Amino acid sequence: MTFDISSADQPARIVEPPQERVIDVRGLDFFYGKNQALFGVDLPVARNRITALIGPSGCGKSTLLRCLNRIYDLYPGQRAEGHILLDEEDVLPSGRRAQPRANGAQSGIGSDVTRLRAKVGMVFQRPTPFPMSIYENIAFGVRLHQRVSKAEMDLIVESALTRAALWDEVKDKLHQSGLGLSGGQQQRLCVARGIAVEPEVLLLDEPASALDPLSTAKLEATLVELKESFSIVIVTHNLQQAARISDYTAFMLLGRLIEFRPSADAFIAPETEAMRDYVTGRFG
Amino acid sequence: MNGLSFDRHTRRKLANHVFVALTTGATLFAIGALFLILYSLVVNGLGGLNLHVFTLDQPPPGELGGLRNAVLGSVIICVLAMILAVIVGILAGTWLAEYGDGSKLAVVVRFLNDVLLSAPSILVGLFVYEVMVRPFQGFSALSGAVALAFLATPVVTRTTEDILRLQANALREAGMALGASKGHVIRAVIWRASRPGLMTGALLGFARISGETAPLLFTSLGNPFLSFDLTQPMATLPTTIFQFALSAYDDWRSLAWAGALLIAGAVLSVNILGRVLTRGSIQK
Repeated sequence: MTFDISSADQPARIVEPPQERVIDVRGLDFFYGKNQALFGVDLPVARNRITALIGPSGCGKSTLLRCLNRIYDLYPGQRAEGHILLDEEDVLPSGRRAQPRANGAQSGIGSDVTRLRAKVGMVFQRPTPFPMSIYENIAFGVRLHQRVSKAEMDLIVESALTRAALWDEVKDKLHQSGLGLSGGQQQRLCVARGIAVEPEVLLLDEPASALDPLSTAKLEATLVELKESFSIVIVTHNLQQAARISDYTAFMLLGRLIEFRPSADAFIAPETEAMRDYVTGRFG
Repeated sequence: MNGLSFDRHTRRKLANHVFVALTTGATLFAIGALFLILYSLVVNGLGGLNLHVFTLDQPPPGELGGLRNAVLGSVIICVLAMILAVIVGILAGTWLAEYGDGSKLAVVVRFLNDVLLSAPSILVGLFVYEVMVRPFQGFSALSGAVALAFLATPVVTRTTEDILRLQANALREAGMALGASKGHVIRAVIWRASRPGLMTGALLGFARISGETAPLLFTSLGNPFLSFDLTQPMATLPTTIFQFALSAYDDWRSLAWAGALLIAGAVLSVNILGRVLTRGSIQK
């Protein structure tokens, strides 16, 4: 299918969310070495809402997600320019704070990746349980950020597993290997591991693409419950999934954000032709 | 079916049979040679194998004796060598796989490691003789262990690098996304996930050194008495076999066969153990 690329040069159509923004991406460019993958992306992430990133393969949605917790830092040669404000602090290393903080003593989050990642958790496409017990999988992340007693840890583990809708299935085998769980359970274990750290934002990169429909439904139900406590950004290829669970949908194409609007009408009345074509299955 | 195609069919079938016969023959030849070696080893070795082999030290010709000093010496020197080789090899392999990637130093280190992997062991023995035996004016068990460590380290390094590269990047990202440092993720997650493979590397390294004789002739030399002093010469199975097998005494030659059987048995069981461990890791 062909698509008129010229509309990608027009400014993004953004319907501003009324909620407070937990993350505000402004003019983000991203480079894989010399190849530019994101072009001046603006993205508001509303607090306690689910934001879905959709678009054809290679449009930059995973890249954008990986900027939000700076996981791309692992790879030399990848760099981001622009601003990503998390609670009004710039998470990008070169960026300055948008507003001076009241307690100026603390260093900016842009120079403290550990603190950034405590605030912004991530779940990946394939389940990534660590080769240790279910209990230890969750305790691993918690121990990185705080010292807790055994009793406190027990409570944290139970609470995280309960909120990830996994407690009832694993409460009798907490000390067995996390690798012994089914794919769907492993993915919910990863969600539990992420939320045990009590982040503000949870990033999910096609979390259901390796799961069967039943496990997907369970995961989706979990996410909808989780938005009470967390702000969620999810990359998905599954438009029905985006429509089912998200409050806002961002459509990306060729490294640009084309359209951002409430999901309630994003799939019915997109403003741009490109998004209309995409959500009706005409290309992508 | 006409005559021509039938002919071609027959020709192909014939060619196939010839090829199968050739490959089967070659396989039988290789396996046959191996079994002949094992057979003569078992027939000759079992005759000399009895309890005295483990309880008595090496005898003067014509008297009752065993290989206790050589067996214990081999165990001590090999264990020391493996401790050195595992520490250096795992750290070096980890650096190659996780940190050195793409750097010129890594290319050089990997190349030198491959050279060392196939270096004649007698050269390694001479090298250690020059740096550890001559300066201290004496053969020692310690120098023997160092010489063997030089031979085992490249094996461990190579296996470690290969095994760590097999671990999915998503696992590293998952650890870092929780806020852990790269080093912490490697130690707590990647090493743990690679444990069976790392064990296999150590076992392969052990198999490489357990029968080495040449480097020990220059370093630990040999000792007719039981000794636990690392600064003094120490008996080992290979050097004792070398000495006894060349002797004119039937009882010494019989002990040499028994010692050879012991080494072969040890290497065989270590290899089998390595395979079992590797299979375990693949199933996971």
